[in-house]
Amino acid sequence: MAEWFTKFYTQAPEWVQDFCDDFKLNFIDGDKWKWLLDGLKMTLIITFFSVLLGIVIGVVLAIIRTTHDKNIETFKKRGGIGYIIIKILNAIANIYLTVIRGTPVVVQLLIMYFIIFASSRNSTLIAIVAFGINSGAYVAEIFRGGIMSIDNGQFEAGRSLGFNYIQTMIYIVIPQMFKVVLPTLCNEFIVLLKETSVAGYVGIADLTKAGDLIRGRTFSAFMPLIAVAVIYLVIVMLFTWLVGKLERRLRRSDH
Amino acid sequence: MTTNNTLIKTENLQKSFGKIDVLKGIDIEIRKGEVVVVIGPSGSGKSTFLRCLNRLEEPTGGTIIFEGADITDPKSNINLHRQKMGMVFQQFNLFPHMTVLKNMTVAPIKLLGLSKQDAEARALELLDKVGLRDRADAYPSQLSGGQKQRVAIVRALCMQPQVMLFDEPTSALDPEMVGEVLAVMKDLAKSGMTMVVVTHEMGFAKEVADRVLFIDEGIIMEQGAPNELFENPQSARLKDFLGKVL
Repeated sequence: MAEWFTKFYTQAPEWVQDFCDDFKLNFIDGDKWKWLLDGLKMTLIITFFSVLLGIVIGVVLAIIRTTHDKNIETFKKRGGIGYIIIKILNAIANIYLTVIRGTPVVVQLLIMYFIIFASSRNSTLIAIVAFGINSGAYVAEIFRGGIMSIDNGQFEAGRSLGFNYIQTMIYIVIPQMFKVVLPTLCNEFIVLLKETSVAGYVGIADLTKAGDLIRGRTFSAFMPLIAVAVIYLVIVMLFTWLVGKLERRLRRSDH
Repeated sequence: MTTNNTLIKTENLQKSFGKIDVLKGIDIEIRKGEVVVVIGPSGSGKSTFLRCLNRLEEPTGGTIIFEGADITDPKSNINLHRQKMGMVFQQFNLFPHMTVLKNMTVAPIKLLGLSKQDAEARALELLDKVGLRDRADAYPSQLSGGQKQRVAIVRALCMQPQVMLFDEPTSALDPEMVGEVLAVMKDLAKSGMTMVVVTHEMGFAKEVADRVLFIDEGIIMEQGAPNELFENPQSARLKDFLGKVL
């Protein structure tokens, strides 16, 4: 221990000494801070890949639902296989949204782990899939609102140049939609980051679980749990700041 | 008779929205290089007619022959035909998330397979012609209405279309900006571009049109060269209409 610290410690009031002891017991002894670090890594990995999966699912679902809502008359008139396919896809999308938004994420995670992927031991991957599928349902509705908010003239301009429906979506509508939905999407990311704290249910040592493991080992709750809370808070604040910067950059084009 | 010179031909073109028949059978032939101006009271179906030509509105009956191909045939690829039919909208509809240059090059690059350099060279040349080369890197929100519409015109021209469709291109503009857009359209007409223009600008119709169509109640009530149509209207509806707008 550094000399200055020993000096500080011996002269400090008793409650400060207790705090230092507590800190040492929970984080320094047995390198338990590494548990938190590994837990944080796990939380970030699960969140990052779930967000990606959620966005992919969300975009696909939002396109299906808006295509159905906007063009069902055209499909109906043209008839045939296209009409049946869009009807079926839309029905699947609606069932998915209803089920996923109507059940708790912990239950979905447990079902994934113990029923659907019961034979797999890769709990991280299962968690990513479970959280991604869960997030996808919420992201889909965010994107759908975003697509609906884009002026139909944009769509017509794209089509009149010769872009097909999907190309118009990809080059014209979706880039504009992202700008509209960015604040809400950011919020969804924050929610997801915190939701992954239930990953411990299926034996994943994420940040929350790591804090809880330390608590179980040291029988002192304050230090590890407050530390976990502070880490979540700092990440959320950091992320909010980054998104704010991004939003200002995107706003350049609309003076 | 369809001659080799015919670019667009409609036969009994119909469009209804629910129970309302907006177009009740329009037959017209548009020749290459012809400037056709469509006039008529609001709600007469003239915009609907124009938007049916590239199937932005799906016709409910009749056929449209473009370059000899029936584009109302469900098997035809409308996207390929639309590449050759430029369209300019009342509300400009520039893509707000792209610069002027990007607005103009995105379709030629993605659809015609032009290289970025070639597409940009083509775009800059056109911007030069409409006096907006220095705004190539601006975003649409930084342009005036007249500038936006000029960009919208050259954006469509970047695809090197066979025909340009104008849907009330000056109706959303402040009066002092109408002239600059009409000037670009006049130059375009002089260059030999086939144009179909829905407009309320009677001056433009008189000066530039080869033929004027008067559409009312979903049919072509009257058509002819601008001087005979304006000087010597036959139908009561057209007389009434001209009395109001001239």
